[in-house]
Amino acid sequence: MESASEASAVKGRRATVTEIDQWMVQGQVFRIYDIFANIPRNAQTLMLELQRDKHIEYLTKGLRQLGSSFVVLDANRPWLCYWILHSLALLGESVDHELEGNAIDFLDHCQDPNGGYGGGPGQLPHLATTYAAVNSLITLGGEKALSSINRGKLSSFLQRMKQPSGAFSMHDAGEIDVRACYTAISVASILNILDDELIVGVGNYILSCQTYEGGIAGEPGSEAHGGYTFCGLATMVLIDEVNRLDLAGLINWVVFRQGVECGFQGRTNKLVDGCYSFWQGGVFALLQKLHTVCGETQALSDSEGDSATDSASEGEVPGDNLCEEDQTCHFEHGAQSNAPGSVDCSSGYTQNLRRSETEPLFQSMALQQYVLLCSQDQEGGFRDKPGKARDYYHTCYCLGGLSVCQYIWSKNGNAPPLPKAVLGPYSNLLEPIHPVYNVVLQQYQEAYEFFSRS
Amino acid sequence: MMGSDTEEEGKAVPLRQRPEWSDVTPIPQDDGPNPVVPIAYKPEFEETMDYFRALYFNDERSPRALQLTHQAIAFNPGNYTVWHFRRLILETLNSDLREELDYIEQIAKINTKNYQIWHHRRWVAEKLGNDAMAKELQFTKKILSLDAKNYHAWSHRQWVLQTLGGWEDELDYCNQLLEEDIFNNSAWNQRYLVVTQCPNLGGLRAMRESEVKYTTKAILANPENESPWTYLRGLYKGDTNSWINDPEISSICLKVLTAKAYPVFALSILLNLLCHGYQGNQELRDAVGALNSSISGKPDSDLAKAVCSVLEHVDPMRANYWRWRKSNLPSAIIDISTGIESL
Repeated sequence: MESASEASAVKGRRATVTEIDQWMVQGQVFRIYDIFANIPRNAQTLMLELQRDKHIEYLTKGLRQLGSSFVVLDANRPWLCYWILHSLALLGESVDHELEGNAIDFLDHCQDPNGGYGGGPGQLPHLATTYAAVNSLITLGGEKALSSINRGKLSSFLQRMKQPSGAFSMHDAGEIDVRACYTAISVASILNILDDELIVGVGNYILSCQTYEGGIAGEPGSEAHGGYTFCGLATMVLIDEVNRLDLAGLINWVVFRQGVECGFQGRTNKLVDGCYSFWQGGVFALLQKLHTVCGETQALSDSEGDSATDSASEGEVPGDNLCEEDQTCHFEHGAQSNAPGSVDCSSGYTQNLRRSETEPLFQSMALQQYVLLCSQDQEGGFRDKPGKARDYYHTCYCLGGLSVCQYIWSKNGNAPPLPKAVLGPYSNLLEPIHPVYNVVLQQYQEAYEFFSRS
Repeated sequence: MMGSDTEEEGKAVPLRQRPEWSDVTPIPQDDGPNPVVPIAYKPEFEETMDYFRALYFNDERSPRALQLTHQAIAFNPGNYTVWHFRRLILETLNSDLREELDYIEQIAKINTKNYQIWHHRRWVAEKLGNDAMAKELQFTKKILSLDAKNYHAWSHRQWVLQTLGGWEDELDYCNQLLEEDIFNNSAWNQRYLVVTQCPNLGGLRAMRESEVKYTTKAILANPENESPWTYLRGLYKGDTNSWINDPEISSICLKVLTAKAYPVFALSILLNLLCHGYQGNQELRDAVGALNSSISGKPDSDLAKAVCSVLEHVDPMRANYWRWRKSNLPSAIIDISTGIESL
């Protein structure tokens, strides 16, 4: 059904804006899938191929130079760095030494002497651009990049952004929402400067943002939204208060965000968009990591009882002895620390998550199909949906979503995924990420080592 | 406005040539020697920002500074530093903030999805207080008439209602939007806010009966519309007992299933009821049984399991999810034929 008049004929009433918009997009997407279905197998493999060289070219070009139309992102340059550098890292591509040095230097120029990073040199420090800058530097890795971050000043910046409600303000007298909470807590956590003062009240605020739909909104009362749901859930994981959320409701909401187009929508009855491959898809990766935590915490609480909380309050994190070798465990460490009643694995709900074992709750192959066939630009980069132009933001989150899909069957970050987990040629395989921070796992591990030493 | 300088492209006299700016030394951007993601700024932009930096770092809060922020915002409305400084200037100059509202409206019309504009609007409205209430409701209504789902507009509207008031016509407004587009989930979300928080409606419990009527009507008109189903469930949030005992709920599920309409949400709601202790009735068992046998031919005496099986087939995108739900049903199982509870 493609026209409004056809719709009226069938429905007996005028088609609504939602219906018309949906049919338009659906039509375009299904046309692509029809073409795909009717070509020979080898042509299908070609169509599903990740255009690595083109993507790398598009990304590197952007890192070196951007056109004048990018002036509207002049207060978002650390984001441009992150979107590009993270995309390159996902593709397993490293940046040349000179460019790397230039990036570290540039980001340092965005760093405010009183802590935090602004959208460009001389701009007010902002939580989102701080998140982007820190993640960029961690993605680059190495002594120079990591030591360039002034953690002491950054800590005081985060404290200044803290609000009485428990949430955070994006910048001095800026807007307050779930995004601000995530960017603040994510940065503090990954830099090992997360403390009780920063955490206090965050859980209450995020809880107040979970809506009757089950998803999480930007502010209390607003509509459940994929971006904020990712931010809210990731934050709750980091502060170890996940079980305060209505997880059943959250899961029920997010599974219904995957539509007939195979990609994810951001909100109920809205249109599919490639970037939600990460924001919504990432929720499943977070949930899955949770069940790994619970498996280990269960064993821990059985043997250690109350001593787990005691040692945590002294700064020690329970489970250290469990996971010395496996550095992916920092996630588990963070989630196991302090607060009584945290990560309550006796709750039937999280035990149920364990039972799901290998099957992801969303259609991973279908999502990969949307990303590769509908979002991928054959000339490099990714887009929201057919008909839209490519951009670095969508490139970053489409690739991130793709990585989540490929690794969703993997029990830990060590063994490479089976070929059946990867849609298209196996060469489509990307690097795994840490789903909470959204940095490539290897780079996260290096940062973890570095910041736990200092 | 400053002198005869015009904002029209190509006609404006560069700042460096204007006598009233001769006392200012522009400060170039310090990107470092070889920055990444460099933007090929147009000369007019560079100049504007060089002069902005000069005034900003010198903390000059003057009328010409205000005008300069306007120019900078025109080039890049996302520059939150400029907006921040603009606010400081407005405060220092004690400017008429009602004029500021008009200014924001102009810019917002072409940048409806910009965080900074909306944050600025909220700041101004907060300063003006109750006087701004009507205008803010009108403004958000205007934006929503262009895009009925604009996230920022809805957040702002909610903030206005919760901070300044104006709830009286809000339920009506939701009715109007839903009349235009019953699929507008933002409007359903707003309805939920009104029904739960509007001071003179009595709260969720008081409104429930009329809301259930409204919602079931919407469901019957379009059973494939997810919004009213979720809203219906939301009406019983925190009140499981009423949820599983209200005959309206099971009735609407049955109606949709027997009408052979899109069954997914009806089945999902039924599953939710069963998981919360609803026992089911014969008609529902028959309806589900009929669907189950037409799909798999294997009858399941456990109603909840049967519902999951049907869902696996009629909602394949969520097949894994329904399988997971099936394997995690509450331990009490109601035998469909005998009604005997077994573990």
